[in-house]
Amino acid sequence: MDTSQIIVTIVGLGLSAFVVWYFFFFSARQTTSAVSSSSGVQEVDITVKGGYSPDIIEVERGKPVQLSFYRDEENSCSEELLMPDFSIRRDLPAFKTTLVELLPEKAGTFTFTCGMGMLRGSLVVK
Amino acid sequence: MEPATKTETLDIEGMTCASCAAAVEKSLSRAPGVQSALVNFATEKATVHYLPGQASPATLKEAVINAGYGVMERPPDTSAAERSDEIDRQKALAYQTLKRRFWVATVLAIIIMPLSMLMLWPAMMARVNMPLLNYAMLLLTLPVLLYSGREFYVSAWNGFKHRSANMDTLIAVGTGAAFLYSLAATVVPEFFTSRGLMPEVYYDTTATIIALILLGKLMELRAKTQTSAAMRSLIGLQAKTARVVRPDGAEVDVPIAQVQLGDIVLVRPGEKVATDGRITEGQSAVDEAMLTGESLPVEKKTGDPVFGATLNKTGSFRFEVTKVGADTMLSQIVKLVEDAQGSRAPIQRLADKVSAIFVPTVVVISILTFVLWFDLAPAETRLPLALVNFVAVLIIACPCALGLATPTAIMVSTGKGAEHGVLIRNAEALEKAYQVNTVLLDKTGTITKGEPAVTDFVAPGQDGARLLQVVAAVERQSEHPLAEAVVRHADDQGGDKLTATDFRAVEGKGAAATVDGQAVLIGNRRLLAEEGINLSPELTAQAEQLLSQARTVLYVAVAGQAVGLLGVADTVRDTSVAAIKKLQALGIEVVMMTGDNPQTAAQVAGQVGITRYFAEVLPADKAGKVKELQGEGRIVAMVGDGINDAPALAQADIGLAVGSGTDVAMEAAGITLMRSDLNGVVTAIELSRQTIRTIKQNLFFAFIYNTLGIPVAAGLLYPFFGILLSPMLAAAAMALSSVSVLANSLRLRSFDNH
Repeated sequence: MDTSQIIVTIVGLGLSAFVVWYFFFFSARQTTSAVSSSSGVQEVDITVKGGYSPDIIEVERGKPVQLSFYRDEENSCSEELLMPDFSIRRDLPAFKTTLVELLPEKAGTFTFTCGMGMLRGSLVVK
Repeated sequence: MEPATKTETLDIEGMTCASCAAAVEKSLSRAPGVQSALVNFATEKATVHYLPGQASPATLKEAVINAGYGVMERPPDTSAAERSDEIDRQKALAYQTLKRRFWVATVLAIIIMPLSMLMLWPAMMARVNMPLLNYAMLLLTLPVLLYSGREFYVSAWNGFKHRSANMDTLIAVGTGAAFLYSLAATVVPEFFTSRGLMPEVYYDTTATIIALILLGKLMELRAKTQTSAAMRSLIGLQAKTARVVRPDGAEVDVPIAQVQLGDIVLVRPGEKVATDGRITEGQSAVDEAMLTGESLPVEKKTGDPVFGATLNKTGSFRFEVTKVGADTMLSQIVKLVEDAQGSRAPIQRLADKVSAIFVPTVVVISILTFVLWFDLAPAETRLPLALVNFVAVLIIACPCALGLATPTAIMVSTGKGAEHGVLIRNAEALEKAYQVNTVLLDKTGTITKGEPAVTDFVAPGQDGARLLQVVAAVERQSEHPLAEAVVRHADDQGGDKLTATDFRAVEGKGAAATVDGQAVLIGNRRLLAEEGINLSPELTAQAEQLLSQARTVLYVAVAGQAVGLLGVADTVRDTSVAAIKKLQALGIEVVMMTGDNPQTAAQVAGQVGITRYFAEVLPADKAGKVKELQGEGRIVAMVGDGINDAPALAQADIGLAVGSGTDVAMEAAGITLMRSDLNGVVTAIELSRQTIRTIKQNLFFAFIYNTLGIPVAAGLLYPFFGILLSPMLAAAAMALSSVSVLANSLRLRSFDNH
């Protein structure tokens, strides 16, 4: 093995380790709790751009929830929003706000994803 | 001339009762410049006609607020119908942009390709200036990257910031690496030559990959619009206007949003029924196929319900509006289909888990591929080989095929189901229906019509036609269901109607009256016995025979003489025999359950070809019977009417509620059949089988494609067969893979219930 091979090997393994750590273990998720409006609806604003910000949303059980998804990109990956636990499939028009209303009746963590399951966020019902 | 008025529709917030609507209306009417204001409490909308000079949406809003209510800014997602317009517009726009990006990439790739081929031709190479050619190709590639492929890089970067990686990440890294390498070879070729390497460029690869991926996306987008075609046509069924008859008799065409509960709407032949209601005047045949899948028009008369979006065929009628907006049957169907399309099938679970870790895993595999090639290949070719295989791995991997496999099939099939009057609650229901091997039918209302009909009329030595009219004259005054069956039968036979006097109902036994001066008795045997009337041996024999055929027997006596018999039974639907045969042909055991005595049960079962049945089942025991069958290890589908059978429907692995045509939102049932015959059951099961088969094919294909494609792209075959996959071929394969999955799902559109 010559020097460049050793360098490539080390850099390659290092990069692989970084990818695994960055996508699977690194944790800096944004958590937001819903704000209840005067009418008792828990409202959360979410920006969709290569992911969901915030991507962990905490709401209370039994109170209606209104999620406002603002899709700040045209990239087709995020054009659909899926919340299978609430039977919701929505098209999110680009640069528009789409309201999604639901009533969380059970406590738990429910994921929401884009149409292909690449972008992920979760709704934590307490 | 009257100045032009403008119309504004406001969404009113906070109205809790009809009098609130009146208050809002009053406040709006009094506002300056307002000519008329109409507030619909049910839809929470106010329609205001106003003079633009004297009023504006802002002053109208103020008037509403003054009355103590609020005006909602129109929310973007009020209903599927309203949403779909905007989304369709955006999608059409996105399609156009994508098409342009594709063409730019394609044209440039077609120019770059032959230029890069020059390098393979030594005679030519000697004549052209290599660095200059490279710069020319760089210039041609830049628009492909910056215009056509821009979205990939932006999206990959946005995703990276969120620690999420998607298909764009793979394309961005793959094409990015090929481009950067080429850029280095173009700008600083001496770096390569000094190390004994050819400064090769991969501009053709970069441009071709982007062109091919865009082609794939283009085809995907087109196919995807078709998956929701059924849904769109459902939404499109909604009538736009209604001809409302005002209390003063004037007929006015009004937009559907302004129709209110209690309005009288006129429908002429050939017109669409605007919304749900009840006929108050007139009769007609209405085509309800779009809602129920039933191809024959349904006869409607005064008092019958009519549904929005159905088509009036023959007569004209007026109906009173009972439901508007989101409460109508059409809206409920749309909602149900929409919900089903948003649900997730359990079969998808593995694919979901894989997609969640797919992209980062592929990135790691590609890096390792690079390292291995670099370490193992001969020194002079190791860098290009490592690079080419690195790019090929990234490009061939296709998470899309996995992601599209299930939802597209579910979308097509739930839409298709709705077309046939089969409403599927969610993907799980579809999957359960697929596994079913036993169908349990509640006899009444599914196999049979659920209403008694005269099957036999015996009158030895009598004028049968006249006797029937005599009987009908008496029964016409009775309210008993059996009496109704007799009257219906007599009316069907035709003949002069007679009138009966001195009608008297005999509780639990029958009825008596006088027709043409003769005393007539109709009822069970006890009625005749109490009157001291004896049956002739002939009639007794006939009665015995009818009873053995599980008929209910009505005895007729005229002027103290027993003269005839009527056999009454719940009749089997015309479609039941064929439908049950079809189910059995699908390998499903059909079991019947009924509250009738074993004799009747056996008779009906024999008639429709069912071998196993439960007789004398009390309503409370129905769920128990389902359990009993499940105890035998069967996957049971229960078919019932949704109201009385709710516990049994819930107990079954999958419940199919036969709709009464009024309430589509039957909670206990996984599947609702809009048509009340058994063909819907066949459709539901055949559709579920085809759908799940399609999903399995899709998933199999997606998994196999990736598990074979990635190692081949990594160069696994090279040591054995010398085969390497060009990144351009990888791009073509990837584009085709997701399109194939979509195309396979779209095959479900040709599903037909034969």
